[in-house]
Amino acid sequence: MANWIPLWLHKLSSPPVFYRFAGSLRPWAITLAVLLGVIALYGGLVLAPSDYQQGNDYRIIFIHVPCAWMSLFIYGVMGVAAFIALVWRIKLAEVIAMASAPIGAAFTFITLVTGSLWGERMWGTWWTWDARLTSELVLLFLYLGVIALYHSFEDRRQGARTAAFLALIGIINVPIVHFSVNWWNTLHQGSTIRLLGPSTIATSMLWPLLTMMAATKLYYIASLFGRARVDLLTLESGKDWVRQIAQNEVRG
Amino acid sequence: MNPTRQRRLTIIIAILVAFTVAAALVVYALQQNMNYLFTPSQVQAGDASSYKTFRLGGMVKSGSIQRAGDSLKVTFTVVDAGGAMPVEYIGILPDLFRENQSVIATGHMDGARFVATEVLAKHDETYMPKELKDAMAKAHAGKHIDEASNQDKQQL
Repeated sequence: MANWIPLWLHKLSSPPVFYRFAGSLRPWAITLAVLLGVIALYGGLVLAPSDYQQGNDYRIIFIHVPCAWMSLFIYGVMGVAAFIALVWRIKLAEVIAMASAPIGAAFTFITLVTGSLWGERMWGTWWTWDARLTSELVLLFLYLGVIALYHSFEDRRQGARTAAFLALIGIINVPIVHFSVNWWNTLHQGSTIRLLGPSTIATSMLWPLLTMMAATKLYYIASLFGRARVDLLTLESGKDWVRQIAQNEVRG
Repeated sequence: MNPTRQRRLTIIIAILVAFTVAAALVVYALQQNMNYLFTPSQVQAGDASSYKTFRLGGMVKSGSIQRAGDSLKVTFTVVDAGGAMPVEYIGILPDLFRENQSVIATGHMDGARFVATEVLAKHDETYMPKELKDAMAKAHAGKHIDEASNQDKQQL
């Protein structure tokens, strides 16, 4: 391992260390995710005022937008993990990349469905082939491709490395999804929340949105850690540390 | 970093750069060709003349909506900064359709007017309560009056 990688990160990449670390963090993440999710839903569906233009129909934003952010964020994580897996062949990076794919696919699917419902009410159509909608659909297909490729190999590590390649190439689609509303004339509106410059949403509507964003992030962590733990146990099933855990389980 | 990893890193970065360049070129080319919609001024400039059906996008001019008494036929004018286009549509309009709303109509040209087969409403990325919108509209109107009076002063 190159010496510029911090020691703690190096240690964390060892399967037994990560297994214990993820196991201790997971309950906190899931508890916080549920708590913040409930607060955000109450804030968004009950406390937030109705919109001047869209009335109450805009409230689907509190599901649609955080899920859309997650669909891109998880792809980013998957791409970086895939890159590390391809260059350094770290087992944990392969596991993280492959465990992220189904979670990201689920968020992308929810984004497309809620967007379709919203579009029917506001635009007057369930679907249209504008750049934002199309590129988000491509994102779903990329996720599904990564999952399918991973499972089409007998050897799981071989499958993970091949699928990691697709995951890495597909990361080019992430900026395309994000900037599609600026690069083309689209039916979909532009970004409301901007990191640079003022956001165009009232504060009473903004806080539930940001709370939901935190909740979805924490849910991702919890779900990823759960999946990664199972994958690590399967991959390392012959190793001493796994046998130790199995023996403890039997005795307990 | 050992030579094997160094080599893998170089190969993967080279592939990634190649794909990024390819994607950038595709995006650049599509920006020229892939138009989801044309604005009235683009249509009048002849940009849409190679298409039989296309989408027309712009704002519904206030006071231009006319509904037929005996059918679902609606006529209105779509405007952008530099042009206006009369539109005819038979059918049910989305809830958001109203004066000064952005709309996207799919259809074809029939002489100088545009016959739409589908009309979609576009909304912007701004979300705020109605009270705030009214307050802002009032403040905005006040500013206009100030500007107008300033201009009057300058003229005097």
